[in-house]
Amino acid sequence: MQQLFAAIVTMALGVLACAAYFYLSNLLLDRIFPSKNRSGPEASRNLRIAGAIRPWLFLGPALIALGLFLVYPVFGTLWYSLHDRNGTTFVGLENFRWLFQDGEFRQSIFNNFLWLLVVPALSTFFGLIIAAMTDRIAWGGFAKTLIFMPMAISFVGASVIWKFIYDYRGEGSEQIGLLNALVVYFGGEPQAWISLPFWNNFFLMAILIWIQTGFAMVILSAALRGIPEETVEAAVIDGANGFQIFFKIMIPQIWGTIAVVWTTITILVLKVFDIVLAMTNGQWQSQVLANLMFSWMFRGSDNGRGAAIALVIMVLVIPIIYWNIRNARREMGGR
Amino acid sequence: MAGLTLTNIRKTYGAVNVIHGIDLEVQQGEFVVFVGPSGCGKSTLLRMIAGLEDITGGDMFIDGEKVNDVPPSKRGIAMVFQSYALYPHMTVYDNMAFGMRISGEKKEEIDRRVRSAADILQLTAYLERLPKALSGGQRQRVAIGRAICRDPKVFLFDEPLSNLDAALRVATRIEIAKLKESMPDTTMVYVTHDQVEAMTLADRIVVLSAGRIEQVGAPLELYERPANLFVAKFIGSPAMNVIPATITAGGAQTTVTLAGGKSVTLDIATGTGVAGKAASFGVRPEDLQVSGTDEFLFEGTVSIVEALGEVTLLYIEGLVKDEPIIVKLPGTLPIKRGETLRFTADRAKLHLFDAAGLSYRSR
Ligand SMILES: Nc1ncnc2c1ncn2[C@@H]1O[C@H](COP(=O)(O)OP(=O)(O)OP(=O)(O)O)[C@@H](O)[C@H]1O
Ligand SMILES: [Mg+2]
Repeated sequence: MQQLFAAIVTMALGVLACAAYFYLSNLLLDRIFPSKNRSGPEASRNLRIAGAIRPWLFLGPALIALGLFLVYPVFGTLWYSLHDRNGTTFVGLENFRWLFQDGEFRQSIFNNFLWLLVVPALSTFFGLIIAAMTDRIAWGGFAKTLIFMPMAISFVGASVIWKFIYDYRGEGSEQIGLLNALVVYFGGEPQAWISLPFWNNFFLMAILIWIQTGFAMVILSAALRGIPEETVEAAVIDGANGFQIFFKIMIPQIWGTIAVVWTTITILVLKVFDIVLAMTNGQWQSQVLANLMFSWMFRGSDNGRGAAIALVIMVLVIPIIYWNIRNARREMGGR
Repeated sequence: MAGLTLTNIRKTYGAVNVIHGIDLEVQQGEFVVFVGPSGCGKSTLLRMIAGLEDITGGDMFIDGEKVNDVPPSKRGIAMVFQSYALYPHMTVYDNMAFGMRISGEKKEEIDRRVRSAADILQLTAYLERLPKALSGGQRQRVAIGRAICRDPKVFLFDEPLSNLDAALRVATRIEIAKLKESMPDTTMVYVTHDQVEAMTLADRIVVLSAGRIEQVGAPLELYERPANLFVAKFIGSPAMNVIPATITAGGAQTTVTLAGGKSVTLDIATGTGVAGKAASFGVRPEDLQVSGTDEFLFEGTVSIVEALGEVTLLYIEGLVKDEPIIVKLPGTLPIKRGETLRFTADRAKLHLFDAAGLSYRSR
């Protein structure tokens, strides 16, 4: 209760402080460069100067925060990656040399690659199919709400839920996991799903797909609604069937949105961490880069190696982010 | 031969009746224009012909074949939408070729048809462009080209020119007229708000109101012999002046007393037993002239003068309260507001409608 109160007070104070900052800094600017009751040329000169300063004044806090929490850490990480585990001795590229011959790192790269291939593709695919179908049925709105709901669950929460689904009990005891219950019902042998090397990757991916399909569906559903009805009707008159209309008329018109959704999920996948940590912690060959970094940084207490892995992740994400932003810009400016 | 036949066509959306039983026969090669106020069901009717809306009741035949349950692509129709409805991700060429590719036409045949349509519409230079790189007029020509490529029996146009500016509208209208001439066997159904389009393009005009046909006829027939008050007021601009009147004597000729007390005799037969009945007397603004003699229809004060150069519009007060009579005189005239003038009209150009709004002339 007390914590809640403290949180609310902090929030209120924060918002107030922000408002006060903008209000007072603006006031101060107008004091220093007044334009009211001044002669014409002086007023216009002051107006121009104030106009040039104001954006920086307002952007200032955000820029400083970004610099402090985003740009500085990048250089910090770079520095750490070139030093030993305590950040005291310069070791050059030793951490990277170690990285590229490390079996677990290679395993992580391979697994990340699998995630990258499967999760964005399936999330976008399911999202698109569901968006297209729910737009046509009466209870589509309800179905959409259900499918979107997992978005509101944290990754760790979702992992706990899915742990129950994949749960395995030793021979002789009753299977309480949904998947094993189904397998047994159909006469199969229960499995310890998340410890099956290679395949367990896909069982973990299912969780992220389950969460991200809702995101893809919402964005793509909006895009599908933006397609002019007449182009579809023209295609009907031209004799196109449902599939042809979907693939030749509708998909090409929302291609930009599909790309944005795809890349957004791709970036998320490169950073995937919580699910793996909560489900397997990288055991049974299910390690991924972010979890590997976490392991070295905080469990292995090796700042150098952890930072080196972080840099690898960053380098992988940058081109996708660049592409994503460019695409999003084109989407917004194109029409 | 009948190109398109509608018998008792109805449309309801849930409990809302939109089209109340339309009967219409369109000959093959005819150019028919649907006009009517906004919301009267023109688009709905056109979309039912296209197959984009289900037919609630009645039968529809295209080229003698019943098409109620035939999908749009098999009806032998092509439609040009007001918003062009071009496929934005396809070039002009692909837009026109799409339908033929779907139906599995041969490459050479597709190419031949696209190029000939592009040639007719002067689009050859733009074939490789995307629609967004075209002007509004060019886009509409592409939409028309796409329709031509379908080689339809019936062309359907839903307000194709209303997104174009005035000059382009005239140019495209003339192009559509030429297009019709070059395709004498193709039936065309055209929806518009614009009277000039209707009058110039149509072989016959169908005037719709609230989901019913008010009158079908050649443009000048509707203008000269409107069947009822609705058509009389809808066709012609400015609208026909309507003055309340009472019939004083019927027969081969009819004498009426206009509001204001003036007695007028018309060459319209009304038969017997009509004396004392209320009626509406109609005269078009352009049929009125200033009278120099004691012979006149009515007298009134000029409240507004609108000099348009080509014509002068006068708003005359004094006959019906708050409803000025409009007079359209050719040329520029030295008439001032406040003047009191007398007006007369050719007897043959007068109209008389009964209390229900039906014309006595067309019986
Ligand atoms: N889906 C629908 N549900 C209920 N009513 C509809 C529906 N679609 C159209 N209508 C009604 O049908 C009537 C005819 O509409 P329609 O679009 O055919 O008019 P229109 O004559 O083409 O008008 P405009 O000249 O403005 O284009 C309108 O009153 C409209 O409100
Ligand atoms: Mg319409």
